Amino acid sequence: MTSASALDGNALGGPLGELFTFDITSAVATCAGCGRRSPGAAWVVFVDAPGIVARCAQCERVQLRLVNDGTGRTWVDLSGIETLEIAAPRGGA
Amino acid sequence: MAVATAMAPDAGGQAPVSRGFSGRPRDRSVGDRLPPGQYLVHDFPVLSAGPTPYVPLDRWDFSVLAVDGSPLARWRWDEFRALPEETVTCDVHCVTKWSKLDMQWRGVSLDVILEGLDVDTAHVMAFADGGYTTNLPVGDATDGQAWIATGYDGHDLEAEHGGPARLLVPHLYFWKSAKWIRGLQLLERDKPGFWEGLGYNNYGDPWREQRYWGD
Amino acid sequence: MARTTVLGRLSWRVATVSSRAPETSRAVTLVLDVPDWPGHRPGQHVDVRLTAEDGYQAERSYSIASAPGDPALALTVERLDDGEVSPWLTTVAAPGDVFELRGPVGGYFVWDGSEADPVLLVGGGSGVVPLMAMARHRARQAIPTRMRLLYSARSEQDLLYRSELDGLAAGDDGFDVVYALTRATPPGWTGYDRRVDGAMLADVSFPERHTSPAFVCGPTPFVEAVANSLVLLGHPPGRVKTERFGPTGGGS
Repeated sequence: MTSASALDGNALGGPLGELFTFDITSAVATCAGCGRRSPGAAWVVFVDAPGIVARCAQCERVQLRLVNDGTGRTWVDLSGIETLEIAAPRGGA
Repeated sequence: MAVATAMAPDAGGQAPVSRGFSGRPRDRSVGDRLPPGQYLVHDFPVLSAGPTPYVPLDRWDFSVLAVDGSPLARWRWDEFRALPEETVTCDVHCVTKWSKLDMQWRGVSLDVILEGLDVDTAHVMAFADGGYTTNLPVGDATDGQAWIATGYDGHDLEAEHGGPARLLVPHLYFWKSAKWIRGLQLLERDKPGFWEGLGYNNYGDPWREQRYWGD
Repeated sequence: MARTTVLGRLSWRVATVSSRAPETSRAVTLVLDVPDWPGHRPGQHVDVRLTAEDGYQAERSYSIASAPGDPALALTVERLDDGEVSPWLTTVAAPGDVFELRGPVGGYFVWDGSEADPVLLVGGGSGVVPLMAMARHRARQAIPTRMRLLYSARSEQDLLYRSELDGLAAGDDGFDVVYALTRATPPGWTGYDRRVDGAMLADVSFPERHTSPAFVCGPTPFVEAVANSLVLLGHPPGRVKTERFGPTGGGS
């Protein structure tokens, strides 16, 4: 799947970095649809509001969705991810 | 499954203003034609939750489905374009705050589409290519309030704007006007669609600024 | 007391412009003062947020151009004519101006020299910025790992960091740069004069391509075409790391 306007999961690092203490871009996700294992950075990402949508690069299934409602509340749907493998954080900046 | 997290607002309060930054031209000067919090744009922004689907017209269809998913009606493209069309002049309001006034759309009224069908439920889910869905009360989809649009401002609807056909429900925020629509499914009970289940308002009236869940 | 790293959540902080310098007719490097900046790794980016008087906000991402050891954080931004944030950053922002910044972001598109395999960098347009941070880091730390940059731009005038890159390559310490100009070449040009394609990538790939890492950054169509070609040439898909900048090639 390609879409000329799509970004990739590197764009999620900032918004998700406000929620999670681990780095989503290097975490390895298993797609609940096709089983593909890929780092979050390899997702195809659409950042136009109303919200952020990350899709599996192989099967297009939504992996993750995020909405910031501007009043300080954030909604996250992770149901497209079967598992997330998160490496130990690197010591140092 | 969605997970909501509550975040504390920044302790500092206001964000610092960047001197001389004003962003894209944003006009608020059309008085009472803009719902609260909206600004006027003169282009037509493209916002998508996924890649633009391209469906060959000879494979396109539009269906109305009963609660159990069985088809109550179905049109192929040539059949659909043979339905009576109207020109609809309306304003469009996106939840991301842009509004566009006096757009001229070409479309088939949902009153025509639902005519003669046994619509015995109070809610309906619009479904589209790419998996997008949005829910509506039947009462907001009928009586001249909603169309399946195939063109605007004198030309066919481009794929990036939802072509070949999108839902048009101008009295609600524009996320309800589902791009790439392929049908309507009657719902036994209301249930939230793609954005309604992730923090957006279930109804979405721009005049009451119903952007988010709980508004 | 030993400095510890707090692995907390990212949040917005205020950055102040301390200096600005044009790189090309369209690109500017901003050096920033960010209190308590924790440092970064080469290849990471920051998110920038501007707020207008009426509260309107716009947010875009920009790659960090400076190396981790450099005295200050620097971004290189290319002005997009129909952009919303880049025109402000490149034509309005002056020393003393402020905006919000979140980061450093990302642990995937990072090269910090911890592996000895030769590394291929392929940048299109402003996609060279995070790759420059990697090249600068290599130079600052005197890392001997071979590094090659294939840098594609429209014309010679669009090349960022030209003299610095040529200087790094002249050092004969295992770094080299290859340019590909896609629209206009000056007289006597010895670099490539066409778009990056499979044959060009075959020329620049290391013999060790079956195990060595590659980083590709730039506009989305460029990145996808290059990444596909690299995999076809034998680079392992898991070792080709990509960062797409969207249709226009940079934060707008």
